[in-house]
Amino acid sequence: MMLRLTAGRVGSLVARRAAVALTTSSARMASHGHEVSEAVDMSKPMYWDRREIPLPDKRYKDILTPADKSLKEKEKGPWGQLSNEEKLALYRLSFCQTYPEMNQSSSEWKTVVAGVLYCIGLTGLVIIWQTAYVSPPAPRTFDAEWQAKQVKRMLDMRVSPIEGFAAQWDYEKGQWK
Amino acid sequence: MSLQKPLMRGLLAKRLRFHVPIAFALSMLAAVGWKYGVTEPRKKAYAEFYKHYDATKEFTSMREAGVFESVRPTGK
Repeated sequence: MMLRLTAGRVGSLVARRAAVALTTSSARMASHGHEVSEAVDMSKPMYWDRREIPLPDKRYKDILTPADKSLKEKEKGPWGQLSNEEKLALYRLSFCQTYPEMNQSSSEWKTVVAGVLYCIGLTGLVIIWQTAYVSPPAPRTFDAEWQAKQVKRMLDMRVSPIEGFAAQWDYEKGQWK
Repeated sequence: MSLQKPLMRGLLAKRLRFHVPIAFALSMLAAVGWKYGVTEPRKKAYAEFYKHYDATKEFTSMREAGVFESVRPTGK
């Protein structure tokens, strides 16, 4: 049996593996006496609720009750004889979530945006502190006097005289247009 | 026995039939907008600038301002 990983599965796979690894190790660490939770065997076909996998590699429910087994036997006959509840029960044996259930949106984005803005805010505070206590003094080219001389030199050189910088300066009157 | 069979084929074609004309129209709009909003005014600005441009006068005023390294302002 080959271990098959398609690109679509890697994301949740990584999340699931990480979750499994974390829970396993914390279970082991927290409770010496208890059983270690089973690690997922990735080399066997797995069940996924994903949009791009309409028919996962295996049925959702592995362990069938006797009622389920008898239903599966009935499924081998003509399907017209199955009632609607039985059809739904068979569906739920094979699948965990329907597409609408799978695709339903959540409010997670609000938390994400809040977290992002919070981190940006914190970073802003750090930067403010840095400019006050860490950065060296600004070079002399930032002085107002130097900047004024720089602007005058740019105008003397006629920098972008058609549509740009010097185009905004009125040379006859000696002021900005 | 009550659900209609969903559309199984031609999904991309359907999407393209809808989106491609819109994309084409928007692109043409962008191109026309750029031409008449940016390039034509720019061409006019350049034409206006060079209509009454006196190169010697500009050179002399730049020279007097002292921005050149090859010629000093007159009188030095």
